[in-house]
Amino acid sequence: MQLSGKSASSGIVVGRALVLKIDPIVIDPAPTTNVDAEIKRFRAALAKSKADLGHVRDAAMAAMGADKAAIFESHMMLVEDPELTGEVEALIRGKNQNAAQALSEVAAKFVAVFEAMDNEYMRERAADVRDVTLRMQRNLAGIEVPDLSTVKDPFVLVAHDLSPSETAVMDPKKVLGILTNVGGKTGHTAIVARTLEIPAVLGLKRATEVLKSGDWVAFDGDTGEVVASPDETTRAQFLRDRERQQKDNVELRALVGQPNASADGVVVGLMGNIGSPQDLGVLKKYDAAGVGLFRTEFLFMDRPTMPSEDEQYEAYKTVLESLAGKPATIRTIDIGGDKPVPFMKIGKEENPFLGYRAVRYCLDHPELFGVQLRALLRASVHGHLKIMFPMISSLEELQRCKAQLEAARAELKAKGVAVAEKIPVGVMIEIPSAAVISDILAQNCDFLSIGTNDLIQYTVAVDRLNERVQDLYDPFHPGVLRLIRTVIENGHKYGVKVSMCGEMGGSPLHLPLLFGLGLDEFSMAPTSILRLRRQLKGWKLPEAKALVEEVFSKSRSQDIEAALERARTARA
Amino acid sequence: MEKTVRILNDEGFHARPAGVFVKKASEFTSTIEVKAGEVTKNGKSIMALMSLGLAKDAEITIKAQGPDEAAAVDALVDLVNKKFQA
Repeated sequence: MQLSGKSASSGIVVGRALVLKIDPIVIDPAPTTNVDAEIKRFRAALAKSKADLGHVRDAAMAAMGADKAAIFESHMMLVEDPELTGEVEALIRGKNQNAAQALSEVAAKFVAVFEAMDNEYMRERAADVRDVTLRMQRNLAGIEVPDLSTVKDPFVLVAHDLSPSETAVMDPKKVLGILTNVGGKTGHTAIVARTLEIPAVLGLKRATEVLKSGDWVAFDGDTGEVVASPDETTRAQFLRDRERQQKDNVELRALVGQPNASADGVVVGLMGNIGSPQDLGVLKKYDAAGVGLFRTEFLFMDRPTMPSEDEQYEAYKTVLESLAGKPATIRTIDIGGDKPVPFMKIGKEENPFLGYRAVRYCLDHPELFGVQLRALLRASVHGHLKIMFPMISSLEELQRCKAQLEAARAELKAKGVAVAEKIPVGVMIEIPSAAVISDILAQNCDFLSIGTNDLIQYTVAVDRLNERVQDLYDPFHPGVLRLIRTVIENGHKYGVKVSMCGEMGGSPLHLPLLFGLGLDEFSMAPTSILRLRRQLKGWKLPEAKALVEEVFSKSRSQDIEAALERARTARA
Repeated sequence: MEKTVRILNDEGFHARPAGVFVKKASEFTSTIEVKAGEVTKNGKSIMALMSLGLAKDAEITIKAQGPDEAAAVDALVDLVNKKFQA
């Protein structure tokens, strides 16, 4: 049987399923007849919950470090919380309630308190209370929560969803793959799976119904395709694919340390996109020539207050130092109404992508922008920093950003803080008006970087998150490609380098075209770098230029895509 | 015995700082209470402390009653002033 879900972590897997199915808790309202025994039972469940969480914390510490383990430390404190236990025991003694009933009443009360708070971070703590009290309820009811660490043979973990306390105890040597009913690419489970390099497909809806523990299952974490109970032929096919993929990976690994050069020796920069210093390991593993895009907004999300200047400085410094002289392009925050950040109070907007976001917000909020600019300037002495401003639509905006940067520099200088003399400043080209005036912008900055995801959606007027018009979001549209050519030509006319971040920068189909157009740097998910390095070795610049001619002679995007597809297969 | 302090760390009284506070408070036998505005909560309960929802710059009064009350108040005030870096 075939299932299809969201690809969340790369890799092909064939293995036996282990289905994590936990019975729901049913609470019997019958009063207790023996209060002392009931209190004893409650305390035993507390002790067991605390011990369980101690194991979870230790496992998390070993697998993911003290930072991630800290949350379970606070879960342990919730279990023992005197207010919680005091109220439960008071209900047992005072009203003869049974322990489960009393616990569920008290838990509901605390959950309600947190949910009513006007701070998003605190509201989310309600989930911690639920997670912890659910564990206590299971221990009261004697429902064994399967301990994954005791299973002997490797398995494919199948679950409705995985909580942080479940993923924390996963042993990557035993968990061959992960399949869940719910969840997506950016959720907690997906991030953990990628960190531990466990292939995963999420959002399968019915995985726990279709599969039983012990069933064979085969899946591809790149396509999201899952086969439940595959026959021998299918299993063999997946195993062959896996072997080919592994062989391919070995071949790609051999390219580490080699230059990003074409067959005729033209060198370009193949860089990585990152969202936090945690991504540095992957960046190094795939041999990036530097960071082409550091999306700093991730430092600002999922937290109650803005990261302080020192905290930001540390993050930027860590990235710059670890690159040891390779360049890092750090983009100032690009946040708008689509990604709610509680302390920024932008609110819901009808059209967040056309709304109050990125530099539009930052220029009005020097108390936030200034902090980031000072943190960046202070970090500049630790490596090769480049600063990039997103969502620039006019020269005036660029000038205002540069003025604030200079003001921040003067402020630091007055205090005697060291700042690098020359820091290249660039513009992200993602709004069509900026692409059209890229000649003007190029004369007023040090580099241009084309952000294709937004440039495409703004050029063809398609909300890329709206499924009904998604087909019109077209990276082969001749209008989009002409804008890109304009930006590259304008940049070079005024002597500034042009790079590209966004999906197209890592697209194998676009690589020869962009190389032929003279793009200087490609920035992409680090895992794509070696594949593009190998592909680039198969091209000479004059051949790529001929491909550019061919592509620009065509009027329809499907003909363009077909031409690029032919060019790629001819060299595969 | 009581003293009033201002919260200095950026995150305010969220999970980690509240946990550090409770851990320290639990080392003492005295009862410990935290008063913010008109509300008084159990200083040994992470749940109670977090439910105060205290942000940076909030003022709190730390009260202790019992044999080691002076040491308890001093230690906890010190902890808040050090931004919960135990």
